[in-house]
Amino acid sequence: MTTTAPLPPLPARPPSGCPFDPPEGLARLRLEEPLSKVALDNGGWAWLATRYADVRAILGDTRFSSDTSAPGYPVSGMTGGSPRPGATRGFIRMDPPEHTRLRRMVTRDFMVKRVEALRPTLQRLTDELCDAMERVDRSEHPVDLVQALALPLPSLAISLLLGVPYEDHDTFQRLTGTLLSRDLTEDQREPARVELLAYINQLVNAKKAAPGDDIISRLVTEQYARGELTHEDLVAFAVLLLVAGHETTANMIGLSALSLMLDQETAGRLREDPSLVRGAVEELLRFHSIIRNGPRRAALADVEVGGQLIRRGEGVIVAVPSANRDEDTFPDADRLDIGRPNAQHHVAFGYGIHQCLGQALARAELQVVITTLLRRFPGMRPAVPVEEIPFRTDMVVYGCHALPVTW
Amino acid sequence: MQITIDEAKCCGAGQCVLVAPEVFDQRDEDGIVVLLDATPDAGQHAAVREAATICPAAAIQVRE
Ligand code: HEM
Ligand code: SF4
Repeated sequence: MTTTAPLPPLPARPPSGCPFDPPEGLARLRLEEPLSKVALDNGGWAWLATRYADVRAILGDTRFSSDTSAPGYPVSGMTGGSPRPGATRGFIRMDPPEHTRLRRMVTRDFMVKRVEALRPTLQRLTDELCDAMERVDRSEHPVDLVQALALPLPSLAISLLLGVPYEDHDTFQRLTGTLLSRDLTEDQREPARVELLAYINQLVNAKKAAPGDDIISRLVTEQYARGELTHEDLVAFAVLLLVAGHETTANMIGLSALSLMLDQETAGRLREDPSLVRGAVEELLRFHSIIRNGPRRAALADVEVGGQLIRRGEGVIVAVPSANRDEDTFPDADRLDIGRPNAQHHVAFGYGIHQCLGQALARAELQVVITTLLRRFPGMRPAVPVEEIPFRTDMVVYGCHALPVTW
Repeated sequence: MQITIDEAKCCGAGQCVLVAPEVFDQRDEDGIVVLLDATPDAGQHAAVREAATICPAAAIQVRE
């Protein structure tokens, strides 16, 4: 590389002022240098794409690989560090045809009509968590909406789909909660990771011994029985479905609830007309764009994107928060407008063949939670000044570490 | 309007079903798109164009 000045890192901090603004510097890059270079922690560099059209072009093009072992893949700074060699990766880190083969084994479990059938269950789980919140004595300390609702709901939902037995829900939530806690260093997180893997391993063995009506059991009795999947593949499936859906949905719940508490006019409109909630969730996904350090790809060929040549073997990071605030696609992009006609064009779930498998589930969870909170807790508000809410500027998935509320 | 779908490309994200449920469905076995109506009437055209736009896998072709 011929550049002499040191490259800037990937923008991560929201500008001082509004915690809902995308990381500082992205807006300028989008206008002036839509494909720029950023420095990685390991001394390498990658392209950073900040424009909506370029982001869609990259994610929609399979010449950009998701395989973390492809030359140039920007692994540095990813969740959980670089994948360990030999570890079974989930299909999120694979290319076709293997990606297609594996994804299709579980697509039906997340399709729109399956998730619609799950809606009453999601409502029941949400109501139970809200009941528990109501029982808390708030005179002592406020309720933390993250612990009380945002984290447990997606964990319970995926537990059901994966067939985690009811008596294990506490263990499962403790393990997944530890993985997402900021009070731990990367080293301290490792034991929790090992424990979760051991738990999942044991869960897969239990399903082999006594299959039930859940995703793992079905993979065991069909694909595993036919020799299309190994035991390690089964574990990787379960880990991917769990990890990809938990932290993301939990943080969207927290941020969505907070932004509606701070925007009473929008909250009022939604409360009056709950049918607006579908559009509102799309707009909240666009507005908050919680994925802050990817998706990432490696170029398998020389490809021109937005007039810039990206060479084979170079890495690319796509800035979702920037693409979703691109004025060329979303006029007045910095405004949260639940009536925005094209909000669903957002790339918060990615784009292309890796577009979020769990998107119907995530949408349903968000729709149920938002409607329920607005109905049951019309007076809910932050219990501390917004400046005191700990935001996850230090994490790859943006959100609140804690959200103390009262009503 | 004439719609064609490419099952091989479809990644089952279900965006089309959300936008135009009267035209698209997903197969029970594997979540892959099913075309319910290849020549929908005018009332559906806007929704179908939208589905083709947001389909992440470019699996929906529309000829008009
Ligand atoms: C609001 C919540 C969520 C957000 C913002 C989100 C975001 C994303 C994004 C951006 C990708 C694309 C990654 C890439 O292109 O490399 C993705 C993929 C994925 N997501 Fe989600 N997700 C959410 C919820 C969920 C849920 C609830 C599940 C399932 C339980 C889930 C499962 C997956 C899986 C399995 C993939 C990999 C798909 C593939 O590689 O083909 N996600 N998600
Ligand atoms: S939107 Fe595209 S990829 Fe998704 S189910 Fe429909 S055709 Fe398939």
